[in-house]
Order: sequence, then C-alpha cells, then structure tokens
Amino acid sequence: MRYGMAIDALKCVGCSDCVVACQTENNVPIGYCRDWIVEKTTGTYPQLQMEIRSERCNHCSNAPCVRSCPTSASHYGKGGIVLVDENACIGCKACIASCPYDARFIHPEGYVDKCTFCLHRVEKGQDPACVAVCPTKCMYFGDLDDPRSEVSQIMKKRKWKTLIPEAGTSPNIFYLI
Amino acid sequence: MIEEIITSGRMNHEIDPQLHIWGWEIPLYLFLGGLVAGILILSGVFYILGREERYPFTIKILPIVTPLLLSIGLFALFLDLSHKLYFWRLYTIIRWNSPMSWGAWTLMAIFPLSILWSVTWLEDLKPQWFNNYKWLHSSLDLLRKYRQKLAMIMVFFSLILGMYTGILLSAFNARPFWNTAILGPLFLVSGLSGAAALVVLFSKETREKKIFGRIDLLLITIEIFLLIHLFMGFLSGTQVHIEAAKMFLGGPYTTFFWVFIMGFGLVFPGILEFMELRKFKVPTAIPAILVLIGGLLLRIIIVDAGQASRWLY
Amino acid sequence: MSESMDRRRFIKISSTFLGGLAFTAPLLSNSIGNMIVPNPESRISGLRTPTYCEVCFWKCAGWVEHDESGNIKKIIGNDEDQHSNGRFCPRGTGGVGMYNDGDRLKNPLIRTTINGKQEYREASWEEALNYIADKLKAISEKYGPDCIALLTHGSGGSYFGNLLKAIGSRNIAAPSYAQCRGPREVAFIGTFGEGIGSPERTDIRDTRCLVLIGSHIGENMHNGHVQEMSDAIDKGAQIITVDPRFSTAASKSNFWLPIKPATDMALLLAWIHEIIYNEMYDKKYVDKYTFGFDQLKEHVKDMTPEWAYGITTIKPDQIRETARAMANASPSVIIHPGRHVTWYGDDTQRLRAVAILNALLGSWGRRGGFYNPEKAYLPKYKLPEYPKSTRSWRDAFPGQFKLADLALASGICDATIPSVDDKCSFKAWIVNGTNLITTLPDQKNTLKAIQSLELLVVVDTMPMEITGYADVVLPECTYLERYDSIRVSGHRNPQIALRMPAAEPKYNSKSAWWMARELGLKMGLGAYFPFKTQEEELDWQLKNMDSSLEEMKRIGVKTFPREFDDLYIDENDNFEFNTNTGKIELYSTSFEEEGHSPLPVYTAHDEPPEGFYRLNYGRAPMHTFGRTSNNPNLADLMDENSVWVNPKVARDWDLKNNQYIWLENQDGIRSSFPIKVRVTERIRFDSVYMVHGFGHDSKKLTQAHGRGASDSELISKVLLDPIMGGTGMRGNFVTFKFKAANMEKNT
Ligand SMILES: Nc1nc2c(c(=O)[nH]1)N[C@H]1C(S)=C(S)[C@@H](COP(=O)(O)OP(=O)(O)OC[C@H]3O[C@@H](n4cnc5c(=O)[nH]c(N)nc54)[C@H](O)[C@@H]3O)O[C@H]1N2
Ligand SMILES: Nc1nc2c(c(=O)[nH]1)N[C@H]1C(S)=C(S)[C@@H](COP(=O)(O)OP(=O)(O)OC[C@H]3O[C@@H](n4cnc5c(=O)[nH]c(N)nc54)[C@H](O)[C@@H]3O)O[C@H]1N2
Ligand code: SF4
Ligand code: SF4
Ligand code: SF4
Ligand code: SF4
Ligand code: SF4
Ligand SMILES: [Mo]
Repeated sequence: MRYGMAIDALKCVGCSDCVVACQTENNVPIGYCRDWIVEKTTGTYPQLQMEIRSERCNHCSNAPCVRSCPTSASHYGKGGIVLVDENACIGCKACIASCPYDARFIHPEGYVDKCTFCLHRVEKGQDPACVAVCPTKCMYFGDLDDPRSEVSQIMKKRKWKTLIPEAGTSPNIFYLI
Repeated sequence: MIEEIITSGRMNHEIDPQLHIWGWEIPLYLFLGGLVAGILILSGVFYILGREERYPFTIKILPIVTPLLLSIGLFALFLDLSHKLYFWRLYTIIRWNSPMSWGAWTLMAIFPLSILWSVTWLEDLKPQWFNNYKWLHSSLDLLRKYRQKLAMIMVFFSLILGMYTGILLSAFNARPFWNTAILGPLFLVSGLSGAAALVVLFSKETREKKIFGRIDLLLITIEIFLLIHLFMGFLSGTQVHIEAAKMFLGGPYTTFFWVFIMGFGLVFPGILEFMELRKFKVPTAIPAILVLIGGLLLRIIIVDAGQASRWLY
Repeated sequence: MSESMDRRRFIKISSTFLGGLAFTAPLLSNSIGNMIVPNPESRISGLRTPTYCEVCFWKCAGWVEHDESGNIKKIIGNDEDQHSNGRFCPRGTGGVGMYNDGDRLKNPLIRTTINGKQEYREASWEEALNYIADKLKAISEKYGPDCIALLTHGSGGSYFGNLLKAIGSRNIAAPSYAQCRGPREVAFIGTFGEGIGSPERTDIRDTRCLVLIGSHIGENMHNGHVQEMSDAIDKGAQIITVDPRFSTAASKSNFWLPIKPATDMALLLAWIHEIIYNEMYDKKYVDKYTFGFDQLKEHVKDMTPEWAYGITTIKPDQIRETARAMANASPSVIIHPGRHVTWYGDDTQRLRAVAILNALLGSWGRRGGFYNPEKAYLPKYKLPEYPKSTRSWRDAFPGQFKLADLALASGICDATIPSVDDKCSFKAWIVNGTNLITTLPDQKNTLKAIQSLELLVVVDTMPMEITGYADVVLPECTYLERYDSIRVSGHRNPQIALRMPAAEPKYNSKSAWWMARELGLKMGLGAYFPFKTQEEELDWQLKNMDSSLEEMKRIGVKTFPREFDDLYIDENDNFEFNTNTGKIELYSTSFEEEGHSPLPVYTAHDEPPEGFYRLNYGRAPMHTFGRTSNNPNLADLMDENSVWVNPKVARDWDLKNNQYIWLENQDGIRSSFPIKVRVTERIRFDSVYMVHGFGHDSKKLTQAHGRGASDSELISKVLLDPIMGGTGMRGNFVTFKFKAANMEKNT
C-alpha cells in the first residue's frame, strides 16, 4: 500500500481552504502551516496561463528527511506516509535542511512538524481534512498501489507531474496538469 | 514573465521567507569540530612520525585544549537543538544514513580519545599534579605503552571528524550550495590550517613556528584551490547550482566572501606567510589570527548561503 | 471643520474603563433571566452543534465540532445543505477566528465627554439600553418615528427590523442592495418579473456554457457557485470569462476576453446582435415568451462585433466565436448576472442586456440556465399591526429611483444630511453588522451624514471603524454563540437550517434578538416581542412547520419536498411572467413608464487621465470585505492586500515587487496607509487592482490596523445609477505616491 494524492492544478482556485482546514483539524498553531498555495502565472497579458497548486509534504518514497534524521524520529509509517515521532525528535533540523520542498517546520513546542496525510482520519476511513473540505473537489487521496482507487483512476486519465523530480525524492503527490 | 508566488501567506518560523534554521551555533560547532580534528591530526601524525621533541607544542601541549573546545562545540550544538530534553535520543540509535547521527557518534568516540591523549601528555608536562593519584599514574603508564596505537586510532577518527564537518552539509541535496563533495576536504583542510595557525600563534619554539607557518601556507594554497574548484564545479552544474554560485559572484554574499574570507582569511595571511618565508619581517601572529577568524567566517557564510540556496520550481 | 462636524469625533475605543464592569456582569445575569441559555447537553455529549455561517451571506449550514471539554474545535459543512454540500469555504472554516478574536467588543460603550475630551465609557446593558430607549423615544416624539433608520447587514437585521417597524419606521436598508446587487434585481424584475435572489438561482451545476462578466468566482468565494462551477468544468461545460484582469476564473476558462474596463455594454450588445442576426436565438422560446423582439432587433442593428471591437478591444472573431459557443449550449447557458454590479452608474441597463441575452438563449427557467427556486414557508407569529409610517427615504428623492424595490443604504445616508426642502432627514440610525465607513463610497459624505445625527447606535462584534462614531456601541456575540432566525432561502429544494449557540457568549456580549427585545420592552412595545426566550420562539415556528427545535438541533438542516414539480418551466405550460405584458420584456415597458430607456444603450465612461490608472477592486477568497481582516485564522492566510500593477506600468514608475507605496485618487485623496506592490501580468496596463477590505484605520483592530490600503477611501467619486440609485464605484482613478500625505507636507 502506498498512499498518495493527486491535485488538479487546473481546477484549484487557490482559496486556501485546505490550509485553514488543516489548521483547525490538526491544531496547527496560528503562524504555521502544513500546507500552502503556490500560484504560477506564465506569459504576457493577455496571453496568460495559470497553475495553482496546493502544496504540502510529498511523502516521498525516497525521503531525504528520513535518511538524514539521526534519531529515527522521521520515519515511514503506514502506507509510506512520512511521519515524525515528536518524542524522538531532538530538533536538530537536519530533516528540514534536507527537504527540498520546505515542507517541515519547527513546532513552537520544539519538535519538527509537518503534514501527516491526516493519518488519524485515514485510519478511520475518512479523507484527509484538506481533501474533505476542498470546495472544488480538486484533490484525490488514496492508495496508489490499488488500481481501482480514485487517485489511481484519475492519474490514468490525466497528465501529471511531480515537483522537483530532479531532486530524486520520488514524491507521492501528483499535480494534474 | 513567469510569476511563481506563495499566495497563502506561508510564514513558517525559520523557514520563510528564507530558510534560516541554523544561526551561529552550527557554524561554531563545525569550526571547533574542525579545529579539534586538525589539532589531533597534527599531534597524532607528528607523534607517529616521531617528532615529539622537535614539535613539543603541537604534539604535547595543544591537544590539551581539545576536550574543552569539543565541549564548547557540543554545547553550541546542544543550544541549537529545539527539542533539547530529548537530546539523549541521539544516542539510542546509530543511523549510518544520517551525517548528524554518525557525527554525534564520532564525537562520542573522539571525546574520550582526546581526553586520554591530552591527559597522558599533561602528566608528562606537569607530573606534580598527578602525585596524589597513584592509580591514575599507573593506568596512564599503561596507556603510554600504547601511545602509537592510540595515535593511530585518534588520527583515524579525527580524519572522519574533520571530513564530517563538511559532509554534514554536503549531504543536503536539497540545498544546492551545500551539495558538493568538496565541502568535506575543504573543511578538513581548513581545520588543519586553523590548527597550524594555533601552533604559529602559541608555540614558543621558533623552529616549530616556522615549520608550521610553512605547513599553513601549503594548507592555505590547497584551500584556495578547493574553493575555486567549488565555484567551477557549481558553474558547470545545473541551473540551481549556477544560481547558488551566483550568490557569491555578484549576488548578496559577494563582498563578504571575497573580502573577508578569500581576502583577509586566506590570500592576505598567505601572502604574509610567504613574505615571512622570504625572510621579510612580519609579525607571525597576524596571519595566524586572520586564518582562525577566516576559518570561522567560512563556516558561517557557507551555513548561511546553503540555507539561502534552493531548488527552483 | 465646523463645530457640528466635530461633535462626533472618531474615538479609538479604549479599554481603560474595563474595571467598571467587573461587578455589573454578575448583577446582570441575575436580573435578566432570558439570556442565551447555553446548551448543556451538546457541550457534554453531542460534540457537535448545528449552525449556519455568518462569515458571508451565502449562509452555509454546518456543524461546529467540540473537543472533549466542549470547546469549539472546528467548523465543517453539513452534507444535507444545498448551500455548502458539506464543504465550507475558507472563510467559513476559519470562522472560529471570529469567536476567538481577542479584539472583540466586550462591553456596551457610551460616548461621554471627560475634561472636554470625547471618550467611551463602559456601561452596563441596563444603562446602555435605557439610554438608547430614552433617546429613541425623544427623537420619535420630536421628529416622528420615521426619522429613525436601521442600516443592517446580517442576521440580527430581522430582530432590529421588527423593533423599527414597531416604533413606526420602515426605513430599513442593507448595503447589499444599492452597493451590491440592486441593479441586477431591478434589471431582472424588469425583464422576467422576478429577481435573482440569493443564493443565485443559476443552475451552474448542469450548465453547458457559463459566461462570467466580471464575476470572479473562485475569488468571489460564494460556496455553491465555486462548487458548481467546478462540477460544470468536470462535465465539460464551456467557461467564458469577461474581465479586464486575469482572474482565477479567467484562468479556468475556455475563453478569456480581456475587455477594456467600463465597456461591457458594447460587448453585450454585440453579442445580442450576433445572436439575433445569425438567428442563433431560441426561436420557439422567444416567440412564445418574449415581448419586444422586433424593437430589440432594430435597436442592435448596427452594434456589430466590429463596432464593439473599437470600444472593448475584443477582437470581432472572438466575439463571434463566443456568441456561437453560447448559442450551441442554449438553453443550458448562463450569462451570469454577477452580484456586486454597482460599477459605472449604467449598471441596471447593463444587467438588462445580460437579462436579454439570457432570454434570447432561452435559459430562464431551463435546466443548466436559471432554475425556479422554492423557499420553505416560515410561519410568522401574529403580532399586533405595526403603526403606519408616513414618510420614507424616498421622499428625499422625489421622482427618482422609483424602480428600486428595496431601500438604499446610500439613500438613507444622503437623506440624513439636512437640506432646505427636507421631507425626511434622519435623526437616528441603528447600524447593525455593517461597517458603513468602508462600505459606502464617498466617505466624506457618510461622515457628514453621521455628524447630522442625534443618535447613532452601532451593534457590532468588532471595534470596526463605524463603532468609533457611535453614541452607543452594543457588543453582539458572534454567530457561534447565539440562536438566530431559521434560515430559509430559495434553492432547488425548500430547506431550512438552524443556528444555535456552540458556546456561551464571551465577555459581556449579547445577541441581537435579546437587544432588540429589551429595547422594545423599555420602549413599551412589549406586544411586538411576545416570546420570552428565543428557543421558545424558534420552537413555536418549527413546530408549525413539521419540525421542532429538538429535531433541528439534531439534524441542523431539513429539506422539504417541492410543492410543485416546477424547478424548470414546463415546455407545455403557458407560463405567465410577472411583468406588465406577462412576457419576458426584451423591451421594458416598466422602464419606459419611468422615463428610462426601454432598451439598453451603450454610453462611454470617463477614462483615466495621464499618469492615472482605473481603480479596480474585488475579493480575495480567504476574506469577506473588511470583516475578516482581523480574524486570526484568516489573517494568517493573507494579512494585507497588495496593489497589482502591470509590468509595463511598473517599469514606467520604477516600481519593484513588495515595495510599499501610497495611492492617490483623482480628488487628491491619498491612502492613509502604504500598500505593497505586486508586479503581475494578471492586470491590464490601464488599471490597478486591489482586494477590498484592508487598510483598517481602527487601532483597536490589533491585527488589521494599518495593514494594506483601503479601496473605500479612494472611492470618492460615485457614479449614481439613475434607475435604482446604485452607487457605481469603478469610476475612480489612482496614481502612485512614494510618501505618506503628512510626510509630504512636512518637506
Ligand atoms: N469599496 C468597496 N465598497 C464596497 C464593496 C467593495 O467591494 N468595495 N462591496 C460592496 C458589497 S458587494 C457589499 S455586500 C457591502 C458589504 O458591506 P458590509 O456588510 O458592511 O461589510 P463589512 O465591511 O464586512 O462589515 C460588516 C460588519 O459587520 C460586523 N459583523 C460581523 N459579524 C457580525 C455579527 O454577527 N453581528 C453584528 N452585529 N455585526 C457583525 C463586522 O464586524 C463589520 O463591522 O459592501 C459594499 N461596499
Ligand atoms: N471571498 C469572498 N467572496 C465573496 C465576498 C467576499 O467578501 N469575499 N463577497 C460576496 C459578495 S456580497 C458579493 S456582492 C460578491 C461580489 O463578487 P462578484 O460579483 O463576482 O465581483 P465584482 O466585485 O463585481 O467583480 C470583481 C471582478 O470584476 C472585474 N472587473 C472590474 N472592472 C470590470 C469591468 O469593467 N468589466 C468587467 N467585465 N469586469 C470588471 C475585476 O477585475 C474582478 O475580477 O462576492 C461575494 N463573494
Ligand atoms: S481547498 Fe481546494 S481549491 Fe482551495 S486552495 Fe485548496 S486545493 Fe485549491
Ligand atoms: S516532502 Fe520533504 S518532508 Fe516530505 S517526505 Fe519529502 S523530503 Fe520529507
Ligand atoms: S529535527 Fe527531529 S525529526 Fe528532524 S532530523 Fe532532527 S531529530 Fe529527526
Ligand atoms: S493531509 Fe492532513 S495534515 Fe496533510 S495538509 Fe492535508 S489536512 Fe494537513
Ligand atoms: S460561503 Fe463561506 S463564508 Fe459564506 S456562508 Fe458559506 S462557508 Fe460561510
Ligand atoms: Mo455584496
């Protein structure tokens, strides 16, 4: 099993609902965020194109953050979800330095925090909070190893890309373009 | 025009708008670690070569400060940790993939070695301090028998330590400016150069000072060579690496780097040492001090610049 | 500044008097038994309580989830709800911030003069309400009850409305009319005999072609719209967006027409021309249902795409292609009427053109066009007859704005400023949930009106600008701490939703229901407030509509079956429209009667002078006007606005990204605060763009004060709509300044 997410960068309106929903769901302190929005505009007026991406930890299959962690606090959990055990984290920040996506941050309590794919919800069979709230329903979450899952299906139908493939991290978040 | 911006106001502390998780603590830790490695390597190697009498300061006296320097370095590292109460977790597991982990373990090995090494010499120098501790005296005697072996082990671990201070950074593929194999040798050489400078600065033997001045000149030359190589490597790399190098070639770090590190930290002391070699009268302390300051600044700027460099997407 | 202007100085509400209230609060709760009763069972066991959102006026129904100790944790949508379909928008999700905001109004405040300085004094509810009741009685005796007006936006309006009508005034206005969707309602009533309403009756979900004219869905985060547009895209609908700015919607569109601002009318008329002269209209529908086709055909004879190109800068073949796309989708096509449509003063006529286009394509009453909404019937308790009101705001505008079907907030404002032949100049305002200072254009005018008042009562949750001008400030508790009226709104199915308190009111705040009733009792109008508690009132209503308060607390939203199967017009039916002719009036007889052009005409609007740029403004998806800019959760997403500048303009002015500058308008008004530059291709070179709702002046808004600049401040020129009194706000031009106004004076 390999959890992953496909996000439709053509449908996302960049409303940031996914960001607030994550904040209230996961008690992310004000001033911090586990997910964020990138807006990319290309061209010259009026020949323009725009891609909007809701970004978060890519739950990389080849995660440099896990590799660089001296205590194993950063580890692969169920379905390849990259997690941080806050009681093992010493706050050395090596994982932060090793993440090319800047997906991690230091929680005010000292440990390193990041997106968990809402494992606590996923375990109950729910979608992650950001996916569940998205007004444009542009996010798909599920098991990439299961060809029948919604996310596998949509990835079969659409063109997609990952972020900074050159960094060699094997991200599990895919942007439909 | 391509405009790519974060529109949700991401402002994670110490991450945005630019990564700055590491301030002065890590550079100091790296500097002291490198310096200790340099001192122990010089001490160990010249001991193995049997220069005990010719370079007494290098071999016998200077190492005595290493446990202290290491403690300060470790303390700086500790200060940098944001979840300090869990510090002990570092020593519950060895993770070979994590430079942070094997660095911590290398220090764990070096620390007792450096103490043992210095204490044996300390007794040689100040036997009266040990008069009341017969048991210590006899165990140190035992050690002294294995000094050669001890030196070899110590040099081995010191080499690792010296390289490690650079490799810690170069392992971060995510930060293009750090992502070069040259950092390991560079920091090792820089550590050795710092150690040599300390000898020049504090040794009372003119001959020892002279020799180490020359050694330092050699090390400085290697360092300059490595630094140039570093930039050439970046410039022939991918777009992100070129961007990274540009921070130093016309970018925000340019003046600081070329004036203070290349200029006052390497070239200028190099010239002074060279002049001295040519029998000009130069106060030897000046190049030595400049080299030490330059070594610290080098680490500060590299730690800083690495955090400022990132992948473009 | 004159004496009277000085009378009501803006006061930064201070909390220095906090001590004064410590002892009155417990006293109050003893003497007044009918405060909001917290709902103990939900707090302990339920873990969720129903609500509908008040962060904007879409009114999504949802659940407030509580943690184990009953604290509010998060807000999510109710799956049954047609407004949200179980998904809240970012503002609704961040609604918790409204409740948690530490800057909230905490106690009633009364304006007093201490040592010649105007100050606010904290007062008990008893004192504040007595003060208001006495003043209102005196004003009503002296000038007549209809010199009292209520300006309101939001839920509490119905309760204060009841109070006002009981006093004897019908002057109740919301800024959501003359500053927002008034022109659209009047245009559609004039055409189809019915307005659009809210939520809009647009069948976006099933449309095959959606045309957005300056309607920036995606930034305009009205939930159902955003969701349905996304669904429509999934189903392959064509999206056509007309916007001078590359809006988010434009980026999702098959066609983006980057129109020159203020020229939309020409485009609309050219489309009408194309569709008529190429016979692409729905002939059967037009024959059967419309009136005045021939006049219209004649009217648009010369309005060819080539003609429009010269005006709009949209290429003729693009106009033709998009006209064809609409026609191909007909009747499942929506030329969206927009919502905030008070732009250039000829807005009602522009919206008439929109209505006509829809009529030609047969989309009204058709699937994928405009459906026929149905509302649940909400029983009203029989109250004694309200006293007759003899004067109204209309008296101040003889012969004008006759087609306005609701009161004008701006009209009441204008009618407050005394003039010689005054029929009704207002003496007292109750302002509930609307920050008039930043809501009405031409701030100077608003302040002038306020200075003419004898009483200004402001009911708000936050120390917004308007509260600084009040004689009495009443702190309302947030929507998460109160009951409100049952939500009934027209939708595909009749549906009701309950809002109940999810927590006890923080501080010393109360609900509008309670305030209105207490005031009523104090003014001897108890007969109009028959229920002792709000729960009793809601339960009575619900029991009379096949539900109960107990049931609604459990389910939150209840859907009723439609009375008739008439979501769309039955093709075989002879549908009669509520117009003079009983038909869809392409040619408007009611407009003609009132002396307005019965067919929409193009008029040219002023263009920015050299060195100036048209001030364009709009919404950011994570904020609602100015009401959320202090919300900690939402300010976290966006804490200031920026001014969008085209790279060419930036080059001319040497402006850099993230540089702070000031804006100054054509009347020499400079923004109080600097604003960050965003150099972007998304805006035309002849305009600049900023998000409305920032640049707060009130220091008590610790998060929002001085962050970004206020568009409201710069909108001093109003383009008045002669048909219904809408205040067109897009005729203002700004230039860039590199210093604050006061800094310039000093040098
Ligand atoms: N310059 C400019 N002016 C505009 C617009 C624009 O885009 N630009 N838009 C126009 C449009 S479309 C509209 S609809 C209007 C909207 O105008 P308003 O509705 O006046 O908008 P807000 O500025 O959000 O003011 C709402 C006020 O209600 C308060 N409030 C919030 N919740 C509650 C509550 O529960 N109870 C009470 N009593 N008060 C509460 C807030 O604190 C705030 O003071 O503005 C119009 N004016
Ligand atoms: N997030 C969020 N959503 C909201 C609100 C909010 O406060 N926040 N408020 C709600 C309310 S009450 C309303 S009324 C609506 C308003 O939302 P809409 O009715 O969608 O928007 P407008 O404010 O009329 O239009 C703004 C758009 O018009 C474009 N525009 C400017 N000038 C012209 C022009 O001359 N021609 C054309 N074709 N386009 C032009 C602007 O570039 C911008 O994209 O939003 C609602 N939704
Ligand atoms: S909630 Fe959905 S539409 Fe909104 S920003 Fe997130 S992914 Fe995009
Ligand atoms: S995105 Fe960053 S934090 Fe997440 S798994 Fe990849 S490297 Fe680690
Ligand atoms: S900060 Fe924590 S999670 Fe990250 S590498 Fe260090 S110990 Fe591991
Ligand atoms: S999956 Fe959960 S933790 Fe990750 S961004 Fe979405 S809501 Fe936040
Ligand atoms: S659209 Fe958003 S802010 Fe408006 S009522 Fe719905 S959830 Fe609340
Ligand atoms: Mo509005």
